[in-house]
Amino acid sequence: MHEMALTESIVEIALEEARKQGARKVTRVSLDIGALSSVEPEALEFCFSAVASGTAAEGAKLEIERVAGAGWCLDCEQSVPLAERFGACPRCGGYRVRMTAGDELKIREMEID
Amino acid sequence: MCSVCGCGEATIALDKDGDKAGAAHTHAHGPHDHPHDHDHPHDHDHPHDHDHPHDHDHEHGHDHDYDHHRHHEDGVADYGKGLAGSHVPGLSQERIVRIERDILSKNDAYASDNRRFLAERGVFALNFVSSPGSGKTCLLVKAINALKERMPVTVIEGDQQTSNDAERIRATGASAVQINTGKGCHLDAHMVGHALETLSPPPGSALFIENVGNLVCPAAFDLGEAHKVVVLSVTEGEDKPLKYPDMFAAADLLLLNKSDLLPHLDFDVDACLANALRVNPRLQTLIVSAKTGEGVAAFVAWIEASAARRAVDMAKG
Repeated sequence: MHEMALTESIVEIALEEARKQGARKVTRVSLDIGALSSVEPEALEFCFSAVASGTAAEGAKLEIERVAGAGWCLDCEQSVPLAERFGACPRCGGYRVRMTAGDELKIREMEID
Repeated sequence: MCSVCGCGEATIALDKDGDKAGAAHTHAHGPHDHPHDHDHPHDHDHPHDHDHPHDHDHEHGHDHDYDHHRHHEDGVADYGKGLAGSHVPGLSQERIVRIERDILSKNDAYASDNRRFLAERGVFALNFVSSPGSGKTCLLVKAINALKERMPVTVIEGDQQTSNDAERIRATGASAVQINTGKGCHLDAHMVGHALETLSPPPGSALFIENVGNLVCPAAFDLGEAHKVVVLSVTEGEDKPLKYPDMFAAADLLLLNKSDLLPHLDFDVDACLANALRVNPRLQTLIVSAKTGEGVAAFVAWIEASAARRAVDMAKG
């Protein structure tokens, strides 16, 4: 979904930080993208080179860390892996699972020069 | 393209007597100014192991050579800002900056501005989301006609192209601003901020924001509204809430529209509502028909009650 808009936001934030730091260029941007966040890493990578082109982030490496989905099952009272958003608990099959990880959309760090 | 905010694709068409003025895009960044203070730690920690200065995990050998070379060539390379604060052979001057910022933080900052602006004026804003063709505009027209004697209503219409929907809304007497998103698949808070400047909703009014018809993207973008209202029509299939869960999770009210067609369909209303509640147990639901008017009175009552509750909450701070 909307990877283009997200990528524009990523590049904007990276350039803003680079300016604040007095950097010449951005050489790497590292993201945390949750597996349940409905965002396609391949699409982000594709958009990134297009959006960064002509800016101080041109040619920067985009590193995407996929964060696995997890939730807290209220019935099992334990943390369980989640394969889909609002999916069932893999242990008991119930739906009383609160997502605790996997919807991250975050810029973790970047490398500047 | 606006060089201040970078907005380029969206155009805002003015309302008022068909005076679209060639999609005049006023760029008074007045009430929409925000200082962009972002408190976040600027840890300049870096993961390089100092015991092995030549062991670099990532590829920057060339950059390092370049910097090193330049240092000897022109003698003005500034290493004072580097990781080590000085030139250390084998250590690159590239710096790693921890950001820890949400990718949507830009949009969310604009959304907070919109929310503050709306709260100050006592405007109750609803963000209507659905797939294309669910009957949103028709339903809004019905709701405006039922509500307008008791509460002024203004509308922001989002579509990729045309101002057809805004014209249908204006026929009710309500002011409407059309945002054309161009290629954009959703409205964002920045576009809505500009539209608010143009629309200037009166105090104590209701603001209906009709998002671009799309059950995916608009879920992620907060516009500053009080509630998202998802409209689903009975011609779409009862498993929509499971196929597009984000939208149903983000909404506070589900309007199941086109109920007049139920006698002609195999649509299972109970199964549909059960699916929606599985994704969002707090979701409120109403069955409506924009054609016959079924449920519209209940929807209008919901708006008035929710607006009153919100006003009380705002007064409490």
